[in-house]
Amino acid sequence: MPGPDLLSSQGLRLDGRRPNELRRIRCKMGVFTQPDGSAYLEQGNTKVLAAVYGPHQAAKSKSSTEGVVVNCQYSMATFSTGERKNRPRGDRKSQEMSLHLRQALTAAIKTELYPRSQIDVYVEVLQADGGAYCVCVNAATLALIDAGIPLRAYACACSASMAWHGGQPEPLVDVGHVEEAAGGVVLTVASLPSTENIALLEMSHRLHMDYFDVVLSRAMQGCRDIEVILDKAVREHLAEGWTKEDVVTI
Amino acid sequence: MWTSKTFLYKTKRGNILKIVREHYLRDDLLCGSGACKTCPHKDDEIVLMSQAESICALFDYPHYLVLDTNVVLHQIDVLEEDALTNVIILQTVLEEVKHQNTAIFQRLLEIIGNKRRKFYSFVNEHHKDTYVERNPGEKQNDRNDRAIRRAVAWYEAHLSINRVNIESPRVVLLTDDENNRKIAQDEGIICCSVKDYVENVNGFPGLVDKLSKNVIPENCSKDALYPAHLTPTQIHAGIRNGKLYQGIFHASRDNFLEGSVVVNAFEKSILLQGHIGINRAVDGDTVAIEIFPEEEWRKPSDIVLEDKSEDPGDLLEEETVLLKSTKTNSNDEVTPTGKVVGIIKRKWRQYCGILMPSRLPGATRHLFTPAEKRIPRVRIETRQSDVLASQRILVALDSWPRNSRYPLGHFVRALGPIGDKDAENEVILLEHDVPHARFSEAVLACLPPNDWTIPKEEINKRVDLRPICICSVDPPGCTDIDDALHARRIKGTTDDGLKKYEVGVHIADVTYFVRPNTALDKEAASRSTTVYLVDRRIDMVPDLLSSNLCSLRGGEERLAFSCVWEVDENANILSTKFHKSVIKSAAAMTYEEAQIAIDDESRKDEIASSLRVLNSLAKKLKRRRLDNGALLLASPEIRFQVDSETHDPVEVQAKKLMDTNSMVEEFMLLANISVAQRLAAEYPQCALLRRHPAPPPVNFVNFLKAARQQGFELDVSTNKSFSKSLDEAVIPGRPYFNTLLRIMATRCMQQAVYFSSGTCAQEDFYHYGLACPIYTHFTSPIRRYADVIVHRLLAACVGCDVTHASLLDNKAADALCDNLNYRHRQAQYAGRASVALNTHILFRNRVEIESAVVLAVKRNALQVLIPKYGLEGPLYLPSDKFTYNDEEHVQICGKVILKTFDELTVRLSLDSSNLQHRKLIFQLVKPYVPDFSYKVEDMDVEFVEESDLPQKIEKKRKGTEAKLSKKSKKK
Repeated sequence: MPGPDLLSSQGLRLDGRRPNELRRIRCKMGVFTQPDGSAYLEQGNTKVLAAVYGPHQAAKSKSSTEGVVVNCQYSMATFSTGERKNRPRGDRKSQEMSLHLRQALTAAIKTELYPRSQIDVYVEVLQADGGAYCVCVNAATLALIDAGIPLRAYACACSASMAWHGGQPEPLVDVGHVEEAAGGVVLTVASLPSTENIALLEMSHRLHMDYFDVVLSRAMQGCRDIEVILDKAVREHLAEGWTKEDVVTI
Repeated sequence: MWTSKTFLYKTKRGNILKIVREHYLRDDLLCGSGACKTCPHKDDEIVLMSQAESICALFDYPHYLVLDTNVVLHQIDVLEEDALTNVIILQTVLEEVKHQNTAIFQRLLEIIGNKRRKFYSFVNEHHKDTYVERNPGEKQNDRNDRAIRRAVAWYEAHLSINRVNIESPRVVLLTDDENNRKIAQDEGIICCSVKDYVENVNGFPGLVDKLSKNVIPENCSKDALYPAHLTPTQIHAGIRNGKLYQGIFHASRDNFLEGSVVVNAFEKSILLQGHIGINRAVDGDTVAIEIFPEEEWRKPSDIVLEDKSEDPGDLLEEETVLLKSTKTNSNDEVTPTGKVVGIIKRKWRQYCGILMPSRLPGATRHLFTPAEKRIPRVRIETRQSDVLASQRILVALDSWPRNSRYPLGHFVRALGPIGDKDAENEVILLEHDVPHARFSEAVLACLPPNDWTIPKEEINKRVDLRPICICSVDPPGCTDIDDALHARRIKGTTDDGLKKYEVGVHIADVTYFVRPNTALDKEAASRSTTVYLVDRRIDMVPDLLSSNLCSLRGGEERLAFSCVWEVDENANILSTKFHKSVIKSAAAMTYEEAQIAIDDESRKDEIASSLRVLNSLAKKLKRRRLDNGALLLASPEIRFQVDSETHDPVEVQAKKLMDTNSMVEEFMLLANISVAQRLAAEYPQCALLRRHPAPPPVNFVNFLKAARQQGFELDVSTNKSFSKSLDEAVIPGRPYFNTLLRIMATRCMQQAVYFSSGTCAQEDFYHYGLACPIYTHFTSPIRRYADVIVHRLLAACVGCDVTHASLLDNKAADALCDNLNYRHRQAQYAGRASVALNTHILFRNRVEIESAVVLAVKRNALQVLIPKYGLEGPLYLPSDKFTYNDEEHVQICGKVILKTFDELTVRLSLDSSNLQHRKLIFQLVKPYVPDFSYKVEDMDVEFVEESDLPQKIEKKRKGTEAKLSKKSKKK
């Protein structure tokens, strides 16, 4: 599995990161007023908007007495990639992404609190530069928090790939588009880092068992790193929000 | 680890696509200098010395060097010398080099990897202070130059912070780009051209010779001898609209003014003639060619033309000889003809050869003649010509400007004196790209200790076959014993009442020592095979393994991979088992010893009886194989008897074949086939197999014609019919005829190749020569890497070992096969070249008269074979005496008709007039042709006293030279 050189001889990746470094993450919560919760998140050049409605009464057909139904919709903007093309909602890829999102979010949400109700999560990829799914999960988590929906833990997603450095396998965390396109394996993990639970695991190619553990642990480490960042963002947002609120009410 | 990063975009514009990439700038990149106190270096991260002593007279203070891209690209040989140290390679440079020339990039990495050289690669592109953004409208090249200058300036400033005393080093930029130099000087950067720098270096006298000649731009037309090449864009456009064609240029071996290019659109290869037609293409280059209109098409000249021996200066001589001789009226033999209009990619490597004697003493410009005849002479500059004149040297090509008759190159290193055995061997190895350096420390570190013995727990894991009487049979003097055999009667009979035997083939368990992905494994994979020269063996794995721990020596406990069958009396396989085992070989025998043991009725011991069983089973196996249509082919193989002290060959003999040879061979084939079947079943995608495609019918045309002249119609439609008709083609009284037929049949065959089962359709797995549907190599892991892989695959599927990732990777397997096939082929060629070298040494002091047979009839020569020596060569026939009949492929002179398979008597002598290409001269003795054949005098050299031998030979040589020159005039 020699593949293309994703790591330079100095151990830097193509964009200048080290193998264990995430892309720069910037986020903002409460970007819209209409939905119950919303968030904007960018990881490098991948930028995503998420909006959450609910929980509200579920449509008859969907409602479940067990818990809340999480309804996800994933879509990509026409201008999200270098090549502009019309992206119909509900095509196969979006449907699959929606299902995967739902799986990860359902694991995080305390669904049993709201039987017979529904939460709608809309995510829109504004710019795609690799790892869109991970960014969507992270953005949706922020939006859910913004909406005040009780979660078991932060749901964070992160991808990892593998490269060789000096003859040793070296996993790369938070894979960008260039690295994805290079043809190596991409392992995507959505997890609840504080509980060490894995909500979703997906792999793009075959990977030998010998390397699986290192790649997975690198991806999990990425999730934990993301959780720290998200947590900090949430706390900052709340602090900011409260002070403002205080000023207005008093 | 988390540092704040400034965010910058790097945009690249392709067609319409806009690609936006992130580019992180860091502040944790180190400068690598020992003089720096600010960067948080760990001890092993300091590459550049704090006291960098200057070796250059121009700069008498300590300094580091920064290289521009053009310096690395053109002067890599200077860099490879141990002279320049404390060099900073910027990432900008590294990337540009990688982009333009991967070979040089690899060599640069090698240098950087060498700790002693103190080359530091600095990631300036990701450093927050040295990154420069491309300005609007700025060319990429200019931007890179700017980036380099910025990095130099940064280094200078960075190091000066700590400059308490004046001792701390400065930074010098080396660049051959005048523009860049000028701007750098304006910016206050110390800079210098490589030429100026190297010429003022003290203490490394050979360094100047390695300077590459500067390239003169293609558009400069002063004194131009050759037409200009088209630019890449013109070539691209030409190919796209069908006016030009792309192909790989192959120079002719015989005629230096001729070459050919294989182009997809044409069935025949495109002929290129003359200096202008070839237009500075060198063998192996990818070129763009233009095809002439059909009326100018010619046929390849059948003549042999060598470049003149003296230096004509920068002139192109008349080419009328060539062009006149090739005008022809018969239309069917013309081939498309064209000319080279541009070079798409050079495939220059380093070439071995010798310096031509120069007429002016003390001159610095010399001509170099490569050993490979297809490569043109090279002009080099050296001041060591007196020393190098008697040496074989290695030269690299630099450029071929329009105003130079010869390409320009520079001296790389000397290999040793001409005629010296080691130097000549080195040439063979280099020319055939055989990796033959000593094993590196990293590789040797993977070896077990010298006194290694089999650990107890390993024995427990394996099947213990030590009590069984196993023996090995090999050629005499063999130290890498791969295989051992056993056979014994087992209880019971088959349903048909036949006796049952257990037969085992035990192969050295190399994979126990060569673990995947270790340095040892990688080295073995890159070598792929052990190369056997006449007097030297270039091992695939270090000696400790190949002739000791892996070698299944007699009386010692060894690890083995066993393949054990139960067979009945008629050699039908009842069951097959594979397992790892421990064996203790009872005896390591030669073929001869084994044969004696079998034949000696009085011997009733276990070894002898086991050998007898094996022998009788092998005969049955062979019979069955031949009935299936396996071909028995022959090749003239010889063994040299080597003088024990000088290691010069003293005599040759044809290899003797005995029953036991074929006995061992049969069981090896059987093992290989059994393993291949198992692997193909277990790994449909990545089993390493070997196939031998059936030869296309055109290969046989000349062969069949020749056989017909002797009165035999051979049926080549299938291998079975071919094998049968070969068996029947016997002339009583001429026992060698059938062997000869088989030798020639061998030459009609395709090469057998390794492949990965995923890359080929099942029906293409067929091995034509062995007539079996599936085949692989399992039995020689000590000397072939293919067998190592097969062992690993088999071990994984019988549960003795675990798989690893690259083993199961289809693409890796395919790449591996390509390398295996390439190395395998090169190893064969190297072996043959070594035989040729030794034959020449053998004939250095003798002349012999021997019987020969005609292998082929050419326009101006016969290809003859001396069965005794397995020697082959041309016997030139002058065209004023002999007439050549195209239809029948015969040469006629009066009553004498020479045709293929004819037996002749020839005189053999060595022509040493050309030191580089010594060749054997064949002269006709019988049948006698007046004024042409050599008259045998009563006293020939063989009977001459030792003392006057040299004079005699000297005389003889003059004689042959005279003859030669006569011949060439006739042409």
